[in-house]
Parts: sequence; C-alpha cells; structure tokens
Amino acid sequence: MTELWQGLVKAVELIISLDPEVMVVAGRSLRISATSATIAALICLPLGSFIHCHRFPGKRLLINIVQTLFSIPTVAVGLFVFVLFSRAGPLGGLNLMFTPTVMILGQVILITPVMLGLTISALSGVDKAITDTAIALGASGFQMAVITLKEARYAVVAALIMGFGRAVSEVGLALMVGGNIKGFTRTLTTAISLETSKGDLELSIALGIILISIALIINIALNRIQQR
Amino acid sequence: MKGKTRFLILVSLVLLSLIASITGCAAQGAEALPPQERLRVATTTSLYDTGLWGYLEPIFEKEYGVEVDILYAGTGIALEYGRRGDVDVITVHSKTSEEQFVAEGYGLERVPFAYNYFLIVGPEADPAGIKGWSPEDAFKKLFDTGSGSFISRGDDSGTHSKEKAIWKQAGLDYEVIREAGQWYIEAGRGMGPTLLMASEKQAYTLTDMGTFLSYKGKTELVPIVDQGSILLNVYSAIVINPEKNPKTNAEMAENLIYFLTSPEIQELIGNYGVKEYGMQLFIPCAGAEPTS
Repeated sequence: MTELWQGLVKAVELIISLDPEVMVVAGRSLRISATSATIAALICLPLGSFIHCHRFPGKRLLINIVQTLFSIPTVAVGLFVFVLFSRAGPLGGLNLMFTPTVMILGQVILITPVMLGLTISALSGVDKAITDTAIALGASGFQMAVITLKEARYAVVAALIMGFGRAVSEVGLALMVGGNIKGFTRTLTTAISLETSKGDLELSIALGIILISIALIINIALNRIQQR
Repeated sequence: MKGKTRFLILVSLVLLSLIASITGCAAQGAEALPPQERLRVATTTSLYDTGLWGYLEPIFEKEYGVEVDILYAGTGIALEYGRRGDVDVITVHSKTSEEQFVAEGYGLERVPFAYNYFLIVGPEADPAGIKGWSPEDAFKKLFDTGSGSFISRGDDSGTHSKEKAIWKQAGLDYEVIREAGQWYIEAGRGMGPTLLMASEKQAYTLTDMGTFLSYKGKTELVPIVDQGSILLNVYSAIVINPEKNPKTNAEMAENLIYFLTSPEIQELIGNYGVKEYGMQLFIPCAGAEPTS
C-alpha cells in the first residue's frame, strides 16, 4: 500500500517540476489519442446521423455488428494493423510500422465502433415529436440531422468522451504497432507497462495518475462546452 | 435555426481547435517524422532492461547523425521483426535460432559482440537443495522431486531457448516438462517481470546475469547455480539481408555493427554497470565467438 502513497507523491512531484520526459510522453499520449478521437468523430457523427435517419434492410444487423465490435480486444486490432502495415504485409510499402501514425490508424479502428454505436443510440433517444415537427416545418435532411444531434448533445459528447477514453487508455495496440520506442512512440500506457516490468511501481502509479488527470481535464472541458 | 447553426459552429470549432492543436504540436514537436535518417533496432530485453542500449544509443546517434528506434522484445519476436523486414538490425542471444536465421537468408552475418553467463536463481532457502549443482543435474532434480517451483519465460526468447537446451542436456523431453505438474510455471513474459514473479512465488528461474543484477534490489532471489559451460550467453548483432528486404537501412545497420565491435565501444560495454552493480555485466568479445 505504501507504493500507492509514494506513487501519488511522485505524481505530484513530476507534475509540479514539469519533468520534461514525462511531459513529452504525456503530450504524445494526448496528441495521439486526441487525433484518433477527432478522426473517429469526423467519421461517426455524420455516419451515425445517416444510419439513424435512414431505414434500410439490415439496419438492425449492422447496429448489432457495431455493438459487438465494442468489445474487440485491443491486441486483436493491434495484430490486424501489424499484419497489414508490417513491411511483409500488403501496406508495408508505406513504411508506417512503429510510428505514431500507425498507432493513430489503429486507434481509429479501435474506437470507431464504440463512438458510432453510442452516437446512434444517443440519437435514437431523441423525442420523435421534435423531429416530426421539424419535418412538418419543412426541414431538410441535413437540418434534421443537425437538430437531432443538437437535441442529443449530452449523449453524443459522452460517446466522444468514451471513444477518447478507450484510445488514451489502451496499451495492447500501442505496444504492438508502436513498439514503445523511447522519444518516438512511447505513450503513458506503454511507459506504465515498461516501468511496471522494471519493477518501478512508484513511477508507474505516478504515470497512471497523470493519465487520469488528463482524462479529467478533457472531460471537464467537453462538459463545459456541451452546457453552453 | 439560430440554435442549430450555433451548435454546428460550436462543434466544428471544437474539432478545428483539436486538429489545430494536434497539427500545431506536431509541427513544433520533435516527434513528427523528421526527414532525418532512422535506424530500427530490435533488441532482446536483457540488453534493454540493463540500460545498455539506453547508454549506447545517444553515442551512436551523435556519431552517425541518425535517429535510432529501439524495439525491445524477446529474441523470438526480434527475429520475427527481422524476417518481416520491420527492423534494420537485431541484437539477440540465441545461437541456434540466429544461425538458422542467417542460413535462411534473412540476415547477413552473425556478429557476436559481448557475452556473459546465465544463472539459475531462486529463494535463499533453496527448497530443492540444488545449490552449487551443475545446471543439468539441478534441472533433473527439480523434475524428479518437484519440491521447488520453476518459472519459465515460455516466450521463445533466448533465455527460454537456453532453458530448453538445459532440459535436453539433462536428458529430459521439454514437452514432458511442460506437463510435469504445478511446479513448472510458464510466465510468457520478459526477463524482468519473470524475476519479479519468481521472487513473489519463491520459485527458481533461469536468468541472464545482466538482468538479474539490474533487478537485484527488487527481488529476494539469490544465485543458486552459476557454474557450467552450458550457461554461456552470447549476444550478437545481425544485419537484415537487404536482398530479402530491400527497404531496410542496411548501410547504417553495418555502421552499427562496426560501432559495436570498435575498440572504444567494446571498452564501454565491458565497463558498463561495473560501478553500479559491483561487477561486470557484459564481457566484450568483438566479432569472435567466446568458447567458455
């Protein structure tokens, strides 16, 4: 138990002293995950609205598949991306293996189902009376989508936070396709994994606390935005 | 209409600011793929966990003006990265797999550059009573009596290969060992975590000298068996064959081999950690296979 306390003390020390190595790693974690979450959001918000607003055969099945992919293991995505982008793989010529770029790609694959599924369920929570009224008043398809998104904004923001959360907290994918290269692809989670394997529990706990602090700041920021 | 537009603008603003912050950071940060030349090295965990690579990396980077990316993995995975052409050079420690790797044409030449010894470590109480035995006899006794737990890396690493070689030398079939009982535990993890696990479980394990020394304060394990010619542990570097994987940086990889076997660096390798651990972690052997 003393490790927890020492970890907390160490976290505070590292944050106050703005330890350059830790700050760079934390910044990289944030940047990679925020990029993946942004890309995923750019895919999921329009696609989610589209799926929600249209009836088509197999819609239920599609949603079921998307929801099943919520539980796709990060290492499975990691393996898939590795096989795809390794030099011996079909996209090996791009030379992206063990770079932040390929980590972002993997994270987008990982979190898109969660964001998409939660966006769709957020939109289906919107009172039908509102959309019916909008149609009666002659709203276009696009306007409809915007109205629905706006009505469901709390749940939609929750979907975005969930996606970002899954990206920033995962370690399997980052290790497999990023390789935890010092100064290049090392993120908070892979650093925690390495430091724990080195037996440096204090530093691991401190890094974990920093990770949670980042998540907290992002959450507060997004919540403030949605309350406007 | 007003509300919708405002919301839409808000959302796009958030997204845009996110993108801006990301690209902005990337532009000024050092992490965005610089045009600088890169060299990718896959190394066995023991050369990484002991800090040797962390020590040599900046020296090489400065001398050759190259950015070195170091991936640490068990020898099995390092060789696989090499086969797939995902790295330019590997530093590993499993002679038979390395010779096979070179024979299959994936690597150019196996260049030994340092060595030390494996040792069997375990709890001070030595429940199986194998202290001071030969490695083969010690393993045989562990199997016969089942009176002490043994934690195996179980991950196709160089240490794991050595462990299998000792079982074989002791006249035992490894597949039988794997099913021998609860005393035999396959960790499937790196050397460091395996040592920590052995310490927690009061078990024996086979480890390289370097990692054991660098984890000394963190475990309660003591050396149990450290004499025997089978315990020799040779580290070699292999450049990935550019004929098999034309996109690798073979030229810079050759520079690394030259660097590792140069007299100055050999001296640094020999002195590495001596002050900190009170003994030599790696014995340099520039290009020549050590015999004992």
